[in-house]
Amino acid sequence: MYTLTIFLPLAAAIVTGLFGRTLGDRNAQLLTCGAVGVSAVLSILIFNQVALGGEEITVPLLRWIESGPLAFDWALKFDTLTAVMVLTVTWVSFMVHVYSIGYMAHDLSKPRFMAYMSFFTFAMLMLVTADNLVQMFFGWEGVGVASYLLIGFWYERPSANAAAIKAFIVNRVGDFGFMLGIFGAFLFFGTVELDAIFAAAPERAGETFNIFGMEVNAITAICLLLFLGAMGKSAQIGLHTWLPDAMEGPTPVSALIHAATMVTAGVFMVARMSPLFEFSTTALSVVTLVGAATAFFAATVGCVQNDIKRVIAYSTCSQLGYMFFALGVSAYPAAIFHLMTHAFFKSLLFLGAGSVIHAMSDEQDMRRMGGIWRHIKLTYAMMWIGSLALAGIPFFAGYYSKDMILEAAFGAHSVVGQLAYWLGVMAALMTAFYSWRLLLMTFHGKPRADEHVMAHVHESPPVMTVPLMVLALGAIFSGFIGYDLFVGDGRAVFWAQSILVRDGNDSIEAAHHVALWVKALPVVVALAGIAAAYVMYQMAPEVPAALAAGFPRLYRFLLNKWYFDELYDRIFVRPAFRVGRALWKGGDGALIDGVGPDGVAAAVKDVARRVGRLQSGLVIHYALAMMLGVAAFVTYFVIGIFG
Amino acid sequence: MTDPVLPPLLPVLPEMVLAVAGLVLLMLGVFRQGTAAATAGLVGWLSLLVLAITAALVWQTAPASTFGGMFVTDAFTRFAKLLTLGGAAATLAMSLSWLDREGEARFEFPVLVLFAVLGMMMMISAGNLMSLYMGLELQSLALYVLAAFQRGNVKASEAGLKYFVLGSVASGLYLYGASLVYGFAGTTDFAALATVLGDGEGHIGAMIGLVFVLAALAFKVSAVPFHMWTPDVYEGAPTPVTAFFSVAPKVAALTLLVRVAMGPFLGMVGDWQQIIVLIAAASMIWGAFAAIPQNNIKRLMAYSSIGHVGYALMGLAAASPEGVRGLLVYLTIYVVMNVGVFAVILSLRQHGRLVENIPDMAGMARTNPMLAAAMGILMFSMAGIPPLAGFFAKFHVFLAAIHAGQVTLAIIGVLSSVVAAYYYLRIIKVMYFDQPVDGFDRTLDKPTAAVLAVSSLLVLFFSVVPARLTTPADAAAAPIVGASTVGELAPAAAEATGDASGDGH
Repeated sequence: MYTLTIFLPLAAAIVTGLFGRTLGDRNAQLLTCGAVGVSAVLSILIFNQVALGGEEITVPLLRWIESGPLAFDWALKFDTLTAVMVLTVTWVSFMVHVYSIGYMAHDLSKPRFMAYMSFFTFAMLMLVTADNLVQMFFGWEGVGVASYLLIGFWYERPSANAAAIKAFIVNRVGDFGFMLGIFGAFLFFGTVELDAIFAAAPERAGETFNIFGMEVNAITAICLLLFLGAMGKSAQIGLHTWLPDAMEGPTPVSALIHAATMVTAGVFMVARMSPLFEFSTTALSVVTLVGAATAFFAATVGCVQNDIKRVIAYSTCSQLGYMFFALGVSAYPAAIFHLMTHAFFKSLLFLGAGSVIHAMSDEQDMRRMGGIWRHIKLTYAMMWIGSLALAGIPFFAGYYSKDMILEAAFGAHSVVGQLAYWLGVMAALMTAFYSWRLLLMTFHGKPRADEHVMAHVHESPPVMTVPLMVLALGAIFSGFIGYDLFVGDGRAVFWAQSILVRDGNDSIEAAHHVALWVKALPVVVALAGIAAAYVMYQMAPEVPAALAAGFPRLYRFLLNKWYFDELYDRIFVRPAFRVGRALWKGGDGALIDGVGPDGVAAAVKDVARRVGRLQSGLVIHYALAMMLGVAAFVTYFVIGIFG
Repeated sequence: MTDPVLPPLLPVLPEMVLAVAGLVLLMLGVFRQGTAAATAGLVGWLSLLVLAITAALVWQTAPASTFGGMFVTDAFTRFAKLLTLGGAAATLAMSLSWLDREGEARFEFPVLVLFAVLGMMMMISAGNLMSLYMGLELQSLALYVLAAFQRGNVKASEAGLKYFVLGSVASGLYLYGASLVYGFAGTTDFAALATVLGDGEGHIGAMIGLVFVLAALAFKVSAVPFHMWTPDVYEGAPTPVTAFFSVAPKVAALTLLVRVAMGPFLGMVGDWQQIIVLIAAASMIWGAFAAIPQNNIKRLMAYSSIGHVGYALMGLAAASPEGVRGLLVYLTIYVVMNVGVFAVILSLRQHGRLVENIPDMAGMARTNPMLAAAMGILMFSMAGIPPLAGFFAKFHVFLAAIHAGQVTLAIIGVLSSVVAAYYYLRIIKVMYFDQPVDGFDRTLDKPTAAVLAVSSLLVLFFSVVPARLTTPADAAAAPIVGASTVGELAPAAAEATGDASGDGH
């Protein structure tokens, strides 16, 4: 059962990928959806057995590498953390697979799309079930490749290719950190197996090793390097630039990979490594700061974007920030809890946005939408549910998880925790604001699209709306249902050994005892954000323009996403191009080719021409050559003998 | 051994059959009524049959020595003869329809080929400097005529004449060298020479004689600096003759060279080894460089064959069992490749005109995809690209040379094969990447197609069963080295027996 759950999507991906044309579109879709569907059903059984039944299990598959002291297996590790992830991943993936049948109905290469999606699902499952760091890295890179392929799925679009390459390269920066982290772990602990590392961590805390002549705390160094990998994959500030561009991919991809699952891999990884992070206060503080900064930064940018998918993308970025600062204050369960609820409501929002885009004939700019709620009421309702959950309005999923994160941050009673709380509250205000801005701009007001498009506005087929409704159920109820298990009184039993929180770090316990205003404030600001959006986009539509005109610098600063892309272009991309050009023209072209291949070739040509001239065609010359040859040989010997 | 009346004739049976059949076919051609073309066709096919029968007889021949040691047979001669016969038969089969198309179909052609082959077989089996000369001249005289076979063609006549004049010079060199050897050693018998010259003393006179003999033989294999006739003759002679030249005489002369060097003159191995190393290196380099500016494919093949002879001689330069085996493997693969390449060249016609220039092959991949594919495979193999046969041929001789301590020679070989790759790959480039100028006539006749198919398939799949060639080559190398009186060369001979399975042509 365990193995089947993981490998069914791979099998489907291989079959569909290799024999897609023979199978036909319909069969390819059925096969992949079926495989992922079965995995999803099995994941419930796994969840029941492992998470609820408290039965941790490791399924060894085969020996992978055995090289001196470096030895580890392919093995599937199932504990509560994994079970939660498997459940989330397979179900969201299943919904997105089904949704894709409808969304990609007009695309020409459906089998390829479905194969990539299934391959992604497999890689993601490998990542979350890894029992050693290398296997996790395998899954990590696997999802990276799938993400690259899917962002660039419409490869005839230059922008899609550019976005795919950007995503890949920016992720490489993080991956390099991850790799160094793995090397560091092996160097320090002599193993890459998670259990062995965790067992060794407590007694070796505080030991140092030498990097470039500096004595640094080993665990802190390893944790920070691993966190660098997490930052890349989870689009944290600094390495976030690829995520908005990744929206070039088909919308189901955005929903599955760039909202619900892959981008949360970093969160999962830090939670998985909690027995290590717990021994480094420094690393945890860094995580908190980066998370809080991302939450705030992405929310500000989200307020001014006009592309419907980009707004949601920045929202994703921001929510990931929440998860990270939850991790940073040792509220790992809260982070995973938010990860799960977020997966539901964010994929709901994305698929809803996809439905809108579908209805609007592939228009993504909100400035050319508006007034369509009457035409697509179901999608409209779904977007409401998703937004309510995202904004953290009481009793929707986001309310439980996000409030818990904020309370835990406050309850951590540390400086960074306080900072995270206040940044988080401000981000919550903006989250509510941009969510309703999105709703109002998209669905209300006067239609701003041309008549042709408006005439075409239609509700999506059931194959797209049913997954929306399933996800909506998750967005409404998952918080309420999971609260007690994940972060309530049942959490100790539920998480068992999979997450370690040291005594004195238990911020979730503290969160249950914070003052009432701390709990109430996020809801209040969320309502304020909604109200602000109403005022600005419904009652007084001239206000946003006036604001933009009143603070032009701030507006441009936000619109240009804090100039991150421009900065990177200036610092990294252009110098890299310049160095590359210099090496190409000067180094390779002039030096190596000039002296090497070209020079040698020219010399060869020259020699060949001279040799050719010797062939005069005259018998006398030929005979002379023979005689000279004989004479030369004879002379050679005679000299050899007498000389 | 010595019979007062008549020496044992059984070992000579294949040669006798060939000689008699050649005469009978000559008579048949002269006295048969009917058109010249029909007669030529009949004689041609009968000649092929004769070659097949001869091959079967050679297969049966047991190791022996007759005519007072003038004529010897063993596994080595069998291997070489079968290879010669195979190459000759393949080129003859391709020639018949070509000559027919050119209006040059005359029965003398196959008969001359038979006599040339007879001479080659005599050369291969020679056990005496005198019988060697007899075979050499028989072969050469037939080849001179063949070169000038297209009497009306100025180029062909010129080629024949050049070949004849220079060939006579070479013969003179040979005779002069042989007489020097006889004068200083007192015998022309190979076995006796081996004993006399193997005593470890310096024989200056014999050594100078040896230089002359080697020079003459180097002329026959067209090794540098005795190669200069080759491009002119290859270009001028009718294409089937060129094909024949590039295959059968090469095998015969090279194996003869091995026989002479490793037999009677084995005691002077240190001396002739230096000459062979120089000749081999010069041939490889010359073959690589001089071919580059060539535009005529036949001329190109001439330089290519000079280069290939250099590689084969590298096996002899190693002067070891491994080297001889490498030479035999190299020769076999060379014959297979060359026959295939000429099958393609023979099929190249545009508007009934022969195509000999490389630029005319432009875009062949589109107009004649199959032919271009076969040519591509053969060219890659010639250049020594793995996993094609040509790579393994080079691999064996390089390995032998390195084991024998001839590292410099091996390095020269590798470098010149890089240079040579240029002109082989250029043909592929022209065929596959240039715009077709003109379509080709569909003239691929059945025998040529069969030869081409067999050749390219062998080249392509050699790496699957390399032992089918290396094992017989091993066995064939054994008698040569088995006759050794030099200690270090002897051990490998022990495992060798006479019953090699031969080469499957």
